[in-house]
Amino acid sequence: MGFKEFCFKKSLWLFHFAGASCNNCDIEILDCLTPRYDVERFGMVLVGSVRHADVLLVNGSINQRDKSRLLEIYEQAPKPLVVVAIGACGCTGGIFAEGDTFAGPVDKIIPVDAYIPGCPPKPEAILAGIVKLLNK
Amino acid sequence: MAEQLFYFLIYPGLLFAAVVGAFLSWYDRKITAWVQFRKGPPLFQPFYDFFKLLLVKETILPKHGSKGVFLAAPIFAVFGASIAGVFILLPLLGIESGFKGDIIVIFYLLTIPSLTYIIGALATGNPLAAVGGSREMKLILSYELTFILVLAGIIQKAGMSISLNEIISLQVLNGVFGGSLSGIILFIVFIFCIQAKLALVPFDAPEAETEIAGGIMIEYSGTPYAMIKLAKYIMFFILPAFLIGLLWGGLNFEGINILWSILKILFVVLLLTLIRNTNPRVKIKQAVRYFLVWMNLLAIIAIVLSYFGL
Repeated sequence: MGFKEFCFKKSLWLFHFAGASCNNCDIEILDCLTPRYDVERFGMVLVGSVRHADVLLVNGSINQRDKSRLLEIYEQAPKPLVVVAIGACGCTGGIFAEGDTFAGPVDKIIPVDAYIPGCPPKPEAILAGIVKLLNK
Repeated sequence: MAEQLFYFLIYPGLLFAAVVGAFLSWYDRKITAWVQFRKGPPLFQPFYDFFKLLLVKETILPKHGSKGVFLAAPIFAVFGASIAGVFILLPLLGIESGFKGDIIVIFYLLTIPSLTYIIGALATGNPLAAVGGSREMKLILSYELTFILVLAGIIQKAGMSISLNEIISLQVLNGVFGGSLSGIILFIVFIFCIQAKLALVPFDAPEAETEIAGGIMIEYSGTPYAMIKLAKYIMFFILPAFLIGLLWGGLNFEGINILWSILKILFVVLLLTLIRNTNPRVKIKQAVRYFLVWMNLLAIIAIVLSYFGL
């Protein structure tokens, strides 16, 4: 592993994009920042602007309106960018998969590097997914 | 010439101040984590952040902004911060004695990073950056007067000497200024000025992450953002060092005094961190009022007290 890649993996800054979500995954993502789970151990912080982001966390079902916004956010982010789809809706569409307004799961719109399934995934599952991503 | 370049680039200047500042920034994040019962980031985290931004990330230029000014602003921020660092650290570390009136020069140089952040933010053409820039401008207008009143108080305590080296040697001979009543008041006011200069939490309205998504920093990515981080690391070291030089008798690196000097710096940064962790963000109107009314009042009281020798 080169020096550049090492620095990148040691300092992933997260940007959180919530589609038409039921807010359950959002709460579980915020749980990862709390004292009990604390992702800052791995050098991860939640940033306010997508220009500073290294990881785009996408959860919730992506409907027709969210699609253009997700694409815009993805284009605004500086590359290299890691995209993580969180929750059943983000990975496959979940119970919304056959809805009229559904615009496809996240990987139909932008390339996805990691999937963390679950409805919602436990914080432990999100941490396990992140660690697997770091060791990839 | 070679000596000056060495001073500017390596020993008290850019490299040394940035490395110490990066470790202090880790210390700040670790203390924050402990206050919140978390574990906190690893020791080299600021270096990982800096090199990731510098080497790995792409730099995005604003489409509707002024690209040259946008890219030049962070470089000027690093330049201003490190040259202020040279003027502060040369007398403080006992390398050179500086010149007469260097406090005034340092005062102006310390304003350069904040000014360049404003210029860079306004060059992006982003409305949220413009909001952040106007807030930072109001903050500068409010704390600079307080800062110069504090410096005036210290100059009066030093018998109208405006050389940092003379002030430090006077304290070594006659005891530190921070020990008297007016010195304690000046210390409190100075701490809040540093808090506003570094845009830490009670006064972080220009960068408010949850409110205006990073404010003045919103459009920066990649290498220019790494430069801003570098300027922030340097400022995080030199401002507490300046405070220690003016009020706590400077630093001394002979024998056991090394430990004492390091403890002084760590204690000042600890105070800044605890203030930032136990306070909410104030509105910009409240921040202006806080400095223009209360902090100025305290500084003037300290000047009057020091006039009567208290």
